[in-house]
Amino acid sequence: MLYFVARRLVSALSVVLATLIATFALFFIAPTDPAAAICGERNCTQQRYEEITKNLNLDRPKVEQFADYTIGIFAGRDFTTSGVTQHCAAPCLGFSFKNDRPVTELIGSRFPVTLSLVLGYAVLVLTIGVFVGSMAAKRRGSLGDRALMTSTLVVSSVPYYIVALMVALYLTIVYPILPRGEWTPPSENFGKFIAGLLTPWLVLGIYNCTSYARYSRGSMVETLSEDYIRTARAKGLSDRVVTYKHALRSGLIPVVTIFGLDIAGSLGGAIFTERIFDLPGLGQLVLDSLNNYDLPVIMGTVLVASVIIVAMNFLVDIGYSLIDPRVRLS
Amino acid sequence: MSTPAPEDKKDAPVDAKRGPSVATRERRQGSINPSGETPYLVVEDLAVKFPTADGLVSAVNGLSYSVPLGRTLAIVGESGSGKSVSSMAVMGLHDRKRTRITGSIRLGGDELVGLSENDLMKIRGDAMSMVFQDPQSSLHPLYTIGNQLVEAYRVHHKVSKDVAKKRALEMLDLVGIPNPPRRFSQYPHEFSGGMRQRAMIAMSLINDPKLVIADEPTTALDVTVQAQILDLLNNLQKEFGSAIVLITHDLGVVAEMADDVLVMYAGRCVEYGTAEDVLANPRMPYTWGLLESIPTVSAANERLRPIKGLPPSLLNLPEGCSFAARCPYVDRVKGELCTTQLPDLLPVDGAGAHTSRCHLHDKASIYETEIAPRLG
Repeated sequence: MLYFVARRLVSALSVVLATLIATFALFFIAPTDPAAAICGERNCTQQRYEEITKNLNLDRPKVEQFADYTIGIFAGRDFTTSGVTQHCAAPCLGFSFKNDRPVTELIGSRFPVTLSLVLGYAVLVLTIGVFVGSMAAKRRGSLGDRALMTSTLVVSSVPYYIVALMVALYLTIVYPILPRGEWTPPSENFGKFIAGLLTPWLVLGIYNCTSYARYSRGSMVETLSEDYIRTARAKGLSDRVVTYKHALRSGLIPVVTIFGLDIAGSLGGAIFTERIFDLPGLGQLVLDSLNNYDLPVIMGTVLVASVIIVAMNFLVDIGYSLIDPRVRLS
Repeated sequence: MSTPAPEDKKDAPVDAKRGPSVATRERRQGSINPSGETPYLVVEDLAVKFPTADGLVSAVNGLSYSVPLGRTLAIVGESGSGKSVSSMAVMGLHDRKRTRITGSIRLGGDELVGLSENDLMKIRGDAMSMVFQDPQSSLHPLYTIGNQLVEAYRVHHKVSKDVAKKRALEMLDLVGIPNPPRRFSQYPHEFSGGMRQRAMIAMSLINDPKLVIADEPTTALDVTVQAQILDLLNNLQKEFGSAIVLITHDLGVVAEMADDVLVMYAGRCVEYGTAEDVLANPRMPYTWGLLESIPTVSAANERLRPIKGLPPSLLNLPEGCSFAARCPYVDRVKGELCTTQLPDLLPVDGAGAHTSRCHLHDKASIYETEIAPRLG
């Protein structure tokens, strides 16, 4: 088991390194000149442009720049603009001259918002989605099953942003049944924190529950027809134990895969949800930076997102081996 | 055991073609075991039907048999003959919504047909248990063998995990698995095929069931391992004294294990009797075909003699004998009897417990003069 974890860890780290290089390359492949972007379109004199280029070390070899960037992540570095030196503490992901703040700090201030959103969402899809799917699998072919599966198909065929917009408009503004989305740190006022996230959670959760219900239904239908399920029934186990202990454990395996990737993707940017419900999360940060050509922030968020994806994949692998002992061997 | 009481006739199904008298006769046949001992499991006039989009599939029809404690009944037949379906019906493992089961299944005198799922659950795995064909797919791949055994014991016994573990280790030892404490915490994929089947047998015997249904327990195993598993079943039967229903298509297994034999074809019993009677004096062309199709080592250069043709569709069974279309002896029966009338399951010598379902008059002489010499 330890060997398995170590091997997965090494492969995960090598992916992170590759992403780091790719992200850094983004800086130079991008169709904008970073110095020009920082300098701005108006008031940009040749002298100021050169100063920025020098301060950002853009005139030095790329390998050196990469070394600076990488060392910055582990040890922190200093940035000097217009004679003012700013310290960027480790893990330094660069400095946003547009916001005049280190990228790490910007991401750090937005991350709790996205994390809260995604955690609530994860709880909803894993409980309601998987439960509904298992119920449908157990009663497959029944009227309830067919009605449920048809409705999930209908819901998931409407684009998410339409559903979210409609809910935001009609249920929180025109008919204020649900609280409007807003961000309050949980340490400040826990009740307000919950209330502000309730509607985004419900919309994101219920919309995606439909696909989770379908995944788990499909996987459970297959599992329930396995021979070992018949054995479990032949032992005299109750229907409940057979379905939710014996079948669900195997049925969860494909759902875990999808869940891991899905959660990583959502953390990387729940852009629609944050935009529509006005939550200052990572997705909003990415949108703003794209609008401003704030390259250091874009690079930082890409790197963070990729680390999250790699980490989630790693967790999925570990989760697999906990669910399925056969994985540990291969 | 007893002559049918008048009220028995009332609920005997009245079949237009066969008439009630035959049904009662078969019913009596079912409750008397060929050995004459008091049966523990009595199956009478069992029918299992599956409604499908294409129509009603009659998987089992009018099946009657009985098994006393300590005796082994082998149910023989090819794929789709209803062997497994009828045994799954005994265990109550069919999906209730998709299956129609009629007739009677009595276990130690208690009727099982029509029992609620909750009542049946208490019997399943306790008084009766099942050994499945493929231990690779029949054991849960994600739980340790020990975990699965402990669970099987604790469903029917309110004991602590430690007590159940002790019992599980005892059972693993009993079925000949070396080093039970180590094996206890291993997963099925860490077991070999034979060891897996031993674990499966340990699991099905952990509650000391009086009836064990073994559904082709050796089909998925190596020939060398097959013999070991059969020996194990035989020895355990001596120790536990349970009744065994052994489902198989392997007549070699039958010869080794069975006290009684029931041959099934297209959902019906076509021949039933003690193993000696059925194997040494078969009285039904289908049984002859089964015996003839066994390959022999001595006749190395001879072609196999399969039974030509396929079994009839269970969606609409032919009017007469189900085997008529494949039977080489149809023209020896006068008129169109074979294709128009279903033969009754009748004693082969007028009185004995050996019965067969065939219109042929001179079954004994055909077997002795034509079949037996070919079997060598």
